Amino acid sequence: MQNIAALEQEFESKIERGISIEPKDWMPEKYRKTHIRQISQHAHSEIVGMLPEGNWITRAPSLRRKVALLAKVQDEAGHGLYLYSAAETLGISRDELFEQLHSGKAKYSSIFNYPTLSWADMGAIGWLVDGAAIINQVMLTRTSYGPYARAMVRICKEESFHQRQGYEIMLTLSKGTPEQKQMAQDSLNRWWWPSLMMFGPTDAESTHTAQSMKWKIKLKTNDELRQQFVDITVPQAEILGLTIPDPDLKWNEEREQYDFGAIDWEEFWQVVKGHGPCNKERIAARKNAFEGGAWVREAAIAHAEKKAARTELKKAV
Amino acid sequence: MNNEQLIINNAVDKAVLADYITMLSDNSMILGHRLSELCGHGPSLETDIALTNISLDLFGQVRMYLQYAAQLKDEETTEDTLAFLRYPNQYRNVLLVEQPNTDFAYIIARQFFFDAYHALLLEELKQSTDETIRAIATKSLKEVSYHQRFSSEWLKRLGDGTDISHEKMQAAVDHLYPYISELCEASPLELEMQATGIGANLAQLKAAYFERVNSVLEEATLTIPENKWTQSGGKKGIHTEHLGYILADFQYMQRVYPGMEW
Amino acid sequence: MKKQWPIWEVFIRSKNGLEHRHVGSLHAADATMAMENARDVYTRRSEGVSIWVVESKHIVASNPSESGELFEPAKDKVYRHPTFYNLPDELKHM
Repeated sequence: MQNIAALEQEFESKIERGISIEPKDWMPEKYRKTHIRQISQHAHSEIVGMLPEGNWITRAPSLRRKVALLAKVQDEAGHGLYLYSAAETLGISRDELFEQLHSGKAKYSSIFNYPTLSWADMGAIGWLVDGAAIINQVMLTRTSYGPYARAMVRICKEESFHQRQGYEIMLTLSKGTPEQKQMAQDSLNRWWWPSLMMFGPTDAESTHTAQSMKWKIKLKTNDELRQQFVDITVPQAEILGLTIPDPDLKWNEEREQYDFGAIDWEEFWQVVKGHGPCNKERIAARKNAFEGGAWVREAAIAHAEKKAARTELKKAV
Repeated sequence: MNNEQLIINNAVDKAVLADYITMLSDNSMILGHRLSELCGHGPSLETDIALTNISLDLFGQVRMYLQYAAQLKDEETTEDTLAFLRYPNQYRNVLLVEQPNTDFAYIIARQFFFDAYHALLLEELKQSTDETIRAIATKSLKEVSYHQRFSSEWLKRLGDGTDISHEKMQAAVDHLYPYISELCEASPLELEMQATGIGANLAQLKAAYFERVNSVLEEATLTIPENKWTQSGGKKGIHTEHLGYILADFQYMQRVYPGMEW
Repeated sequence: MKKQWPIWEVFIRSKNGLEHRHVGSLHAADATMAMENARDVYTRRSEGVSIWVVESKHIVASNPSESGELFEPAKDKVYRHPTFYNLPDELKHM
């Protein structure tokens, strides 16, 4: 039997050499816990993220838009499922993870606590929120924990249509009537800052970054990812002819990057702590679905057991 | 299906044919809408995804039907004007499909009652003298065969499962059973289309339908309701109170922002 | 905690001629449901023509702590690979 120090050394060396960690491999307890926290947070974001968009499925303006949105929100359920499965390989059940979400113990991306007020929000979410998510997710396809990385590969493949779907909505609106253009601009105004907050606190404030980088859970810092997002997104807004609501936004020749204004971190922390515009509704909706579905899940198990018993009985006869 | 590929039937009055096709699409549209309300609220992630798949299949059918119907009409008509811009009494779905998502038992019962009919209907429409309808029916039948399998399995699961699920499933069946006769009651339009060989013969479906429904109910250990009183009206445009609310959502964007491209 | 649907592993053959590959997991109460859930979750983009599902608990896995004795011994058996054998370049069809 190897001692802990040797196991730890072997583990660190694997991470160092870029060898994936798989479920049955030895891993430090903290690595396991950190992963449960991060993967489940990601999974929760997917399924809570279904709600603000799900809101507009029944009101989509055309059949083409309706099926695209429906398929997109459905994908998010799938992505939640893949991620919960990855978390389950670390020895925690999906129900336990749900309980953590419902009790407020587990967090999810704060952006989904903002309301969707117009059809243009379907465009802005696809363009900005999925755009921000993709930057994070592409990085995570190379993360050190095998099941997480594989889930991310699958998710990235499927997500490729999500952002295009959103941007196409924005494009149609920006080429449309003055009301439609106004709708698009209003939506950008409301979603821009929360999208920047999606990358999390600044590097100086982030408590998990150092350890996560060392274990290759994260490969870039929050600020690096945020900058990458701004640099990609500004020209996309120009194509739409929309104005990003930041008077301090300007190209910095020297850095060859955009400078942008200060983020309202007070708002960020308040929303994270549960005081955003829709936190309570979002959790209530998830709880409702889970608790309201308990009798269905129990019935399915009872039926499976009865059926198995009947088959046994038949065999015996 | 591509608009250009549609084969236009010249043998019958185009307006009547378009009307019939629109009517065919209405059941799928309203049921698809009801299922789309559930996205994100299912009893498990797996079930949530499955119900959305059914909704997407139904909307896919709606689009094929309405693109065909739009071609038969004037230049201004599109799948979307047909879907979104009719008055409530111009929707001719049966009352069954507009019933609300009261709980998962209702969702399954409604689905099962419709699927059993839908599969039989499409079998008939595969023999239609109209080539496009035949093509749509052939494609849709594969989807609906799976819907039927899904809803029958769940009906049996919940009927047989626990005391609670049995009770809920029975309550849903009792509530919805009076609505199912309307599926097989032919309206004047349906009779007319049946006579041309384009439409299905609903009277002929009826026996097979009830046989199928009753046998699965029995297998699910559920009791077939005794009261023979039935509810109908949807095919004539006389709906339950639910349709108004459905359309308030469904038509919202087209009504608030009329005449725009989306 | 209430009883939960067990976990199943899903394997999909993407087209005839290829092997089934592990694509992920899901929850289902029984085999019938596992098959339906696999179809609904993992083949939405025409990913497959055939599905296998197996309840996770039935999979027997090798133990990573035994990797040394299981897999190391094969590493020095280079004579199992064609490149081990030195043959003249002008030799064809071999």
